[in-house]
Order: sequence, then C-alpha cells, then structure tokens
Amino acid sequence: MCSAAPVGPPAETTALYLDHNATAPLRPAAAEAMRAALTVAGNPSSVHRHGRRARALIEEARESVAALAGVPPAWVVFTGSGSEANALALSGPGPGPRLCSAVEHDSVLRWVPESGRLAVDGHGVLGLEGLRVALDDAEGPGVLSLMRANNETGVLQPVAEAARLARDAGWLLHCDAVQAPGRLWPFDVGSLGADLVTLSAHKLGGPAGVGALIVGDGVTLAPLVRGGGQERGRRAGTENLIGIAGFGAAARAVLEEGADEAARLAGLRDRLEAALVGACPGAVVHGVGGERLPNTTCIAHPSLAADMLLMRLDLAGVSVSAGSACSSGKVAPSHVLRAMGLDEPAARRAIRISLGWTTTEADIDRMAVVWGEMGGGAGG
Amino acid sequence: MLTSPAVVRAGALDDLGPDLEPGRGRRAVVAMSGGVDSSVTAGVLAEAGWEVVGLTMQLYDHGQGVPGGRTCCAGQDIHDARRVADRLGVAHYVVDYEGSFRRDVMDPFADGYVRGETPVPCVLCNQTVKFRDLMEAARGLGAEVLATGHYVRRRPGEGQGEGPALWRGADPDKDQSYFLFATTRAQLDRLRFPLGGLDKGRTRGLAARYGLAVADKAESQDICFVPGGDYARVVERLRPGALDPGEIVDLSGRVLGHHDGIIRYTVGQRRGLGIGGTAEPLYVIRLEPETRRVVVGPRAALGKVSFTIHGVNWLGEGDALPRDGVHAHVKIRNTFEPVRATVMPLEGRRARVRLDAPAHGVSPGQACVLYDGDRVLGGGWIERD
Repeated sequence: MCSAAPVGPPAETTALYLDHNATAPLRPAAAEAMRAALTVAGNPSSVHRHGRRARALIEEARESVAALAGVPPAWVVFTGSGSEANALALSGPGPGPRLCSAVEHDSVLRWVPESGRLAVDGHGVLGLEGLRVALDDAEGPGVLSLMRANNETGVLQPVAEAARLARDAGWLLHCDAVQAPGRLWPFDVGSLGADLVTLSAHKLGGPAGVGALIVGDGVTLAPLVRGGGQERGRRAGTENLIGIAGFGAAARAVLEEGADEAARLAGLRDRLEAALVGACPGAVVHGVGGERLPNTTCIAHPSLAADMLLMRLDLAGVSVSAGSACSSGKVAPSHVLRAMGLDEPAARRAIRISLGWTTTEADIDRMAVVWGEMGGGAGG
Repeated sequence: MLTSPAVVRAGALDDLGPDLEPGRGRRAVVAMSGGVDSSVTAGVLAEAGWEVVGLTMQLYDHGQGVPGGRTCCAGQDIHDARRVADRLGVAHYVVDYEGSFRRDVMDPFADGYVRGETPVPCVLCNQTVKFRDLMEAARGLGAEVLATGHYVRRRPGEGQGEGPALWRGADPDKDQSYFLFATTRAQLDRLRFPLGGLDKGRTRGLAARYGLAVADKAESQDICFVPGGDYARVVERLRPGALDPGEIVDLSGRVLGHHDGIIRYTVGQRRGLGIGGTAEPLYVIRLEPETRRVVVGPRAALGKVSFTIHGVNWLGEGDALPRDGVHAHVKIRNTFEPVRATVMPLEGRRARVRLDAPAHGVSPGQACVLYDGDRVLGGGWIERD
C-alpha cells in the first residue's frame, strides 16, 4: 500500500478539507448571525437606537464567548485576531521578563527572547521543574505564556500547574487557547487560573479577523491601539460588529455541541491514525505520549518529505498542513517538532491533519485511501 | 480563468512548434519564476490542454541577501508567480531549494572566483537545482514533463534511437542555449521549452492575451542572487577574506600597480585597472590566484588559439564526442559571435579546443559551447592552462 502508484488526478472532484487548526469552515449559525448583523447600521458607541442595537449584538456575543470560556463577560476584550490578543497580552502588562514554552505560536515567540523559551519533553510538554527554576532565576515578576494546546501536535500543556507556579512567584500567566474550544471538553479555560487567555473566532467556526483576550480581574493592560474608549479602553477602534456577531454564534454552537463533539472527534481521530499507520507501518504519529486534543494528528510519512506530501495530497484533492508555512509558502521544518527533539529530516517529514465540525467518517476513509496511494519511491 | 472560449482559438498556438504537443489532461510542471517568460510558458501549456502545476523555487533567503534589486526569486516574484497561477487557474507551490542552491550554485560560484575563474552560475543552476531537484519534484508529482521559459528549441532525434536534440532559440537576441549546454539527453527527454520558437514580442503578446499582470514586467539581466551585478560583495560574504589585495604585473613580472582582490577581474577586461600612462591600452591577460597577481598586457597578448575544456556534455550524434574530433562553431561566453574550431576528445570527459583564429577573452570558468549551425552539440568548462 505504502509504496504504491504515482499520483493521479483526484478520483472525486470534491475537495477534502482536513485543516481545521489552520482555520475551521464557517459554521452555518455564524454565517446566519453575520448576515443578520450586516443589516445593522449603528456604531456601538452611538447613543441612538441604532447604536444601542449594535451594542446589544456585541454584548450578546461577549456573553457567549464568556460562557464558552467560563469567565464573566466583563473579562472579554474583542481584538482583530488571536495574534493581536497575544501581542496585547505580552506587551500590555508593562516591563518585566517574558517566559514561554519553546512550542508556542510565532505570535507569542516573537515577544519572548530566545533565553526565555523553556524546554519541552519528547512529547512536547513543558517541564514544570524547568519552569520553577526559570521563574526563580528571572528578575521578575513578568509574564509567562503557555498555550493550552499546540497547533501542530494538539499536545496539551499543564496550564493549571503553571498558573499556580506563576501566581506563587507573583507572575501573570497568559494562555494562548485558540486551538482548544470546540475540541477540548470541558474547555473551561477560566478554571485554570490564567490571568490572560487568547481566543480566536475562526478556529472554532467563526470568521477570521476577530479574536478575544480574556483579561482577569486586577490585570492592568496598556492598549496597543489607542484612541477611542472601546473595549473598556483596552482596544480602540470601532468594533467589528459583523465578525463579533459571528464569533458569538460560533461560541454558542460549540457550547451546544458540548462533550459529544469532543468524543466524536476523538473517535474519528483514532480511526484516522489506525488507518494511516495500518497503510504505512513506518509512519509515526508525534505527540501520542502526551495528552492531546481529540482532533489533531501530527504524522510523519516513512519516506516522503512533508512539502512533497502536501503537494501530492493537494493534487489529489486533500487539504492538510505541515509545520509552519512561511509567507513565501515554502515549508520550514517545524520548531515545535525540533523542540520535541526530532532532528531536522524527521521534522521535515511531519504533516498535520486536523479535524473539526465538518469532518465525517467518509472523510476519514477517503483520507486513508489517498494516503495509501501517495507512494514513497518517487520524490521522496 | 484562462480558458474562456473567446480567448482560445484553434490554431492560435500553431507557431509554437513541435515542443508543444496537446496535453490531453496530462500533468506538466512549469518552473515559474514570476517573470513573463515562465508565466507565458504556464499559459500556453494550460491552453494546450495540460494540467499545469506551477512550482516556484525558493533559492536563498532574501532577508540575508543583498538589499534591493530585482531578482529571479525575490518575495515579489513569488507573489507574481502566484497571481499568474491564480489567473490561469492552475495549482502553484513554492519549493525550498535553499540548501542545494547554496551548495551547488552559490558556493561553486564563489570558489570559482577565488580560483581566478569567471564562473557561470546559471549553467550550474540549470544543471543541478532545476534539472535535477525540480525534475525530481516534477516526477514526484506525477508530471510527464517539466517545462521552462528558456528560449531554446528541443527537437526529436533524427536517427534511429537518437534522443532529442537541442537547438538555439529562434530569436537570436533571446537565445539561451549557452546556459543549457550541460543538459543531458535524459533530461531533454522530459523537458519542454515551448517558447523556443518565439521572439520576446510574441511572448509579451501572449502574456497580454492571457491577461497576465507580468506582461510588461522588466527583464532581469542580473544573476539572481547578485542584484546590481556587485558579485565581489557576494563572494566576499560567502568567502570572507577572498578580497585579498595583490599586485598588478605586466607579462615580464614588472609591478605596475596594486589591486584589492583578483575576484574583481576577468580575462579580457580593460577598464578599471587603474593604470595609466602606458603606450597602448592594457588588458587582463590572466589571473594567478596562488600569488594573487593580476597579469596585464597588450591586446595582442590576449589572443588564444587553443585551450582545454572539462565536464564535457555531448548532444551531437552518437554517444560521445567523435574520436576523430569535430569541426564546430564555438561560443566562449554568452555574448560572443560563434567562431570556427576543431574539438578533439581527451580522457575523462575533457577535450581540446583549437580555434581557427585566435580569440580574445578566453576565460577559465566560462563555458565553451559547441554548435553545428543552430544545433547545440554540447560543451564544457574552460580550464586554466
């Protein structure tokens, strides 16, 4: 199976989308809420009835996002993206050192010097002992940033434990949780003890262009965008009403799906991994030793480099990702896998398959068939 | 989308010649640089019914490169290639060959200069990154052919069992055969050069007809990783210390002046020697890397009748350069009117070239390419004596 035929044109014409961690397709409920918001003319800051109506939509969405996170609505600050929320979380608290895990997203890493990026173990999990030492050594207090779940491997981080250590040291804990809602249940990031939490609408089936930073009580933040007093002075600029309405609707949809969806995704993921490794016994799934999101599979083909595999899968009608595609579109070896101790050639072989609300059993079976046809000889 | 029926007329591409057979849905990889030539190549293949997959090579890190300049693979060029692919409705990917480009093109380029040669990196790039790595990728993607926008023609072999032959581009101003002499027959089997029969005006016309924004894009004359032509700076960065100063001497060894690195000189060069007051103009006759000397002399001393080439690639009839040698026309640099010569094979893919009349500026490291009329017979690399 694994060393089969050359790639042909896709057997089926419909494209198969298995890249939910990059962005999830828009949920119908989100699309509907956005369509409704399109007809609302008011500026939420205006005193008149139009303004009130717009503000009501935003506050409704804020309540939905807060409910998803398990925090009071007043803690939710809407931003223009998850990356912006990360930037606000890491720049806003003022001076002091910054620490993070070595497997964070680039939008966190670039606020943290090389020396502040803490090692993870072979499964990709932050070592708490290393964290304790780093907190002791740093001239704090500052901000520690630790993601809830890794975007490439799905591996979960010990956020609650890290938050306790941070709190004891007088530090703030920021948690980039964009990949968790809609996959991890209970999501309930509010119970983890983080001071700052990043969310992103488009990862859970809302629109791109909207994020949120959840800001706990007693945290003061200097805004990145200044001017108007929107979002309680934490993010100036007229609110993206349509996007925020979509975010709120997507959050409600995730809450309604509840634990069932996480279980469904886990079943699909297990079926997928069994089929892929069954077809190519040399394939390796990374991060299985850690606790993982139920929707993410980071798998290395035994012989094909990820860039070639991505192209072949795309030509066969299957959309997945590898590592982190840089803006040029070339595929760089994943810093996440390198941090987990993989050498560069091994890191260059891993692709990411991520499932979500649109994924069906038929999708998984088709993915398995296409994977089996990828071959290994040519181009490997 | 490209294929609106109003645009595609039967016969519109007839003058593209034999290198554009109908695709009938077969897959072709096109090396897309973002320039007009490779963009039109993708267009004509798509129009001829091929399932085109565009690949753009990422060859070096622009962040670390020399700032500014139009280069074959800068970020803007990747963007342009993508927009062309979007417009044509074909798949497009960026492939990362930074490692092999550094190893097989940039490093040998720098080493060549340090050895006192005048290297031709575009040949190395075609030989390695394009026709080895990209060809491999094309095969891996299930493509039958790899097409490029080079102005050369590929013709089916005439004799029994003869592989395809390589011919100069129909437009003498655009002909790029000099840079493709090292292409092997096995590579030619899978390569297609659909622009070889066109002139630049026709290519730009096709770009306009396809509605490609790159139709009027300026031509790059630079070596892609040497924007602005400041190759000494690139060599200095790749090989720190290569800019050692030394003496400029005449043919008898008399010191006439000093220079700040032999890599700044090439055989046949007249300007920039910084030596005045001589009775007749002085030219660089040869470079001596061991002593870091630049040897200059009168124009008469430049003339050279014979030299040796290595790494010979043979594309004429038969498997190798005939034992009794061949009479051919040769080019010793890209901008050189071919002259008559006799080429005799030596051991180990080397050959001796004897020109009918002395030529000026025979420079080690340059390619010597052999022609029979418009047909490329092959060539090799000029050695130091």
